[in-house]
Amino acid sequence: MKTTMIMLFLALVSWGASAQHDHSSSGHSGSSHSNTAPKMKEEPRVIPSIKVKHSLLATSILDNYLALKDALVDDNSKKAASSGKMLFEALGKFDLSSQDASKQKELKEILDDAKENAEHISENGDKIDHQREHFELLGGDLKDMIVITGSDRTLYQLFCPMYNNNKGGKWLSASDKIKNPFYGSKMLKCGRVLVEISVK
Amino acid sequence: MKLVKRIGLAILIVLVGIQFISTRSNQSSEVPSTDFILTYKVPDEVGQTLHTSCYNCHSNNTNYPWYSHVQPVGWFLENHIKKGKAELNFNEFGSYSVRKQKSKLKSMASQIEQGEMPLPSYTLLHRDARLTPESKELLVDYLNALQDSLQ
Repeated sequence: MKTTMIMLFLALVSWGASAQHDHSSSGHSGSSHSNTAPKMKEEPRVIPSIKVKHSLLATSILDNYLALKDALVDDNSKKAASSGKMLFEALGKFDLSSQDASKQKELKEILDDAKENAEHISENGDKIDHQREHFELLGGDLKDMIVITGSDRTLYQLFCPMYNNNKGGKWLSASDKIKNPFYGSKMLKCGRVLVEISVK
Repeated sequence: MKLVKRIGLAILIVLVGIQFISTRSNQSSEVPSTDFILTYKVPDEVGQTLHTSCYNCHSNNTNYPWYSHVQPVGWFLENHIKKGKAELNFNEFGSYSVRKQKSKLKSMASQIEQGEMPLPSYTLLHRDARLTPESKELLVDYLNALQDSLQ
């Protein structure tokens, strides 16, 4: 009786251990008995990171951009239009003279392009696909903008490889959790982190 | 009855009167060096298609149709051209920043692809401005390739 109990105990323990092993290191069976080794293998990708200076100048622009992004994630074109309008106004208020003279020309081009894109978004409250096209362009503009002006928060540039006939589309978010603004509820999880933009 | 006649006459006088207020201001024989077709040495076929289907509202020179003489249709048209040029002017394309050019090229390709441009209300009376599936593809491919080539 005693030996039966011991054997049953051992069988259970070994079954448990092997089950756990299979679960955590599928594809690496037999390579290691350690529980920590497979965990390290799960994170082979290092997310590139760039650092920008700390600045409050872009705060209202980023606030409105992120509100616009959230509206598109929610498939809410009306709200996207109103956020687009506020973003347009915030972009117009940016004081170019606060920046290095050598950067003013490039920054003006960025702001002009961003304003045009924001304007299109605000004027197309009934065409969410059209809004999303301009939102994609906006993401590029604002990323280039904060490299020059600085940012008040950490941002992530995220990438959806399927958007725009598989050419891909990028956007900015304050979180590295994927909530796709190009597809909304149709494909909320499509995407990955491309770059982390942190503040010095 | 007399009142109706008077109102009718007044409307007629106004309608005749406004015919003398001409618009047709968007005309220029000069093609600046910043013109899209000159700047990018656009292939003939693409250039001709752009001329026929886009330049009337998106450049400094409009080939005015006969009905632009009829007011208030002509005014409506003029306002339309003004808006079109503000959005995109092929004659000034070369003066845009590269960033703006790339944005415009992307928008042009998608508007054509989706059949938003040329405007259906425009092609209704300008049958020659309609894009066949082949010319659509030609334009979209060209515009996308050009966008990718710009740095």
